Amino acid sequence: MLKRHIGWWLALPATLLVALFLILPVAATIGSTFGEGGGPLAPYISFLSSGFRRTVLWRTLEISLATTAISLVLGFLTAYVVSRAPRNLKSLLIIAAVFPLLTGVVVRSFAWLIILGKNGILNNALMALGITSEPFAMLYTQGSVIVAMVYLFTPLMILTLVGVLENIPDDLIQASASLGASPGATFRQVVFPLAVPGLIVGAVLVFTGSFTSYATPQLLGGEKQMVMGTLMYQQAMVNFDWVSASTIATIMVVITIAIVLLMTRLAKRLNPMAT
Amino acid sequence: MATKIPLPLILLTIAVYIFLVGPLIIVLGASVSDTTYLTFPPQGLTLVWFERIFEIGAFRRTIVTSLQLAVLATALALIVGIPAAYALNRYRVRLPTWLSTVFVLPILVPEIVLGFSLLKSVAVGASLPIFPTLLIGHTLLVLPYAVRVISASLASFDFSIEEAAISLGSPPAKTFFTIVLPNVRSGVIAAFILAFITSINDVSTSLFLTGPGISTLPIQILAHVEQFFDPVIASVSVLLMLLTVAVMAIVERTLGLTFLTK
Repeated sequence: MLKRHIGWWLALPATLLVALFLILPVAATIGSTFGEGGGPLAPYISFLSSGFRRTVLWRTLEISLATTAISLVLGFLTAYVVSRAPRNLKSLLIIAAVFPLLTGVVVRSFAWLIILGKNGILNNALMALGITSEPFAMLYTQGSVIVAMVYLFTPLMILTLVGVLENIPDDLIQASASLGASPGATFRQVVFPLAVPGLIVGAVLVFTGSFTSYATPQLLGGEKQMVMGTLMYQQAMVNFDWVSASTIATIMVVITIAIVLLMTRLAKRLNPMAT
Repeated sequence: MATKIPLPLILLTIAVYIFLVGPLIIVLGASVSDTTYLTFPPQGLTLVWFERIFEIGAFRRTIVTSLQLAVLATALALIVGIPAAYALNRYRVRLPTWLSTVFVLPILVPEIVLGFSLLKSVAVGASLPIFPTLLIGHTLLVLPYAVRVISASLASFDFSIEEAAISLGSPPAKTFFTIVLPNVRSGVIAAFILAFITSINDVSTSLFLTGPGISTLPIQILAHVEQFFDPVIASVSVLLMLLTVAVMAIVERTLGLTFLTK
């Protein structure tokens, strides 16, 4: 009896851990938003009827979309060069992408505080060059949050895409070139379509990561650029409004899972290598 | 013959790499500056900010807490994750396909939602003290690395070797430790490192589970930045970067870093 179910027994501790401490608590958080007075959807109606909260939701979506788009372009082009680089250089470039990735979010966001601050490096450089006589207020803008997020996620995109692009045989690119396609045409018509599933995976990772982030918008955006993550923290720990925080949590979970499901389906359909 | 890469693409790649590495060099420079404010390039050279880290009690305490958490959470995740990964590969046909999805859930659920939910249900609801709650959160956070990375190395393991050993009379448990585990050693090391680094750097899950009584290093850094904008933060950041360098050196020696792109 024990022997026949040995697989189950071995997987049981990890499964229990996830069930007890992830599925149940998160389900409780989601569930707590429906039992309130004023109809089952009251917390959601109240969330969406607040102009401020709508702004926060749109801002978060805007920042996440911009971050995804920019790091997708930068990451894809860079990963292409890395994947075609000679062996030694390739290892070096991969190390240079892994290093920031393994350095924490707080450290990497903090670096941008030094760069973008009022007496920061960028402002000092601009003033030294005589481009401006007064420092620009770059911190606590949507732009500063996006720059720092692109900085966070570009290495992830590069690493995700290098693996995908390496699997495109060199012969295929050679063949395209020898049949008369320009490098640009080869890139657009051969490399890009084969990389689409990888691009989708990268986009999902970046979008969901930036949509639910906390540290970067907190450090570089502050109160002025409140996003879903920072609003949720404020509702829970400053206002002690747990229903409102749970509502925000639920919106984040639903959007994250919807994006993941939608994109994996799309990736499967668009995979030209699939049989 | 290698593919010819257009010059603009090469220039862009160089620019992207300057963008990736530059800010970290700036932090390094700011950490040794002889000034009381954060600046780059450094105005003089000093290591006084590194000493200052250990003079500040909050940093000392949170460094210890973060290291304890990372070691314990990683160990726990490996203890429950290795058998799960083994079962998923060895008994694939007997287990339902959804079971492997269970171990991806901690990645699917936003970290910040996990932290908040643990605060509500476990810390407040079940009145579990903060440290065990933090430990549970971190274990869940790193569990997917344990299961997935070890699964990946088990996928290329030939289980007929294990069966051969068992049929020759070796007890199953002993076979696992002498035959299977040594064969996936590199996967276990990779899982350990990724889990440890993830735990040490975590903000979003710890956010709700820390407070004045107990906190972790990244949360303490966030709190410190908001109050004092001084080079101590740069030097703490450099310490964390040194940790990353050490980890990368281990990975490079044991597996080679290219496994991260697989």
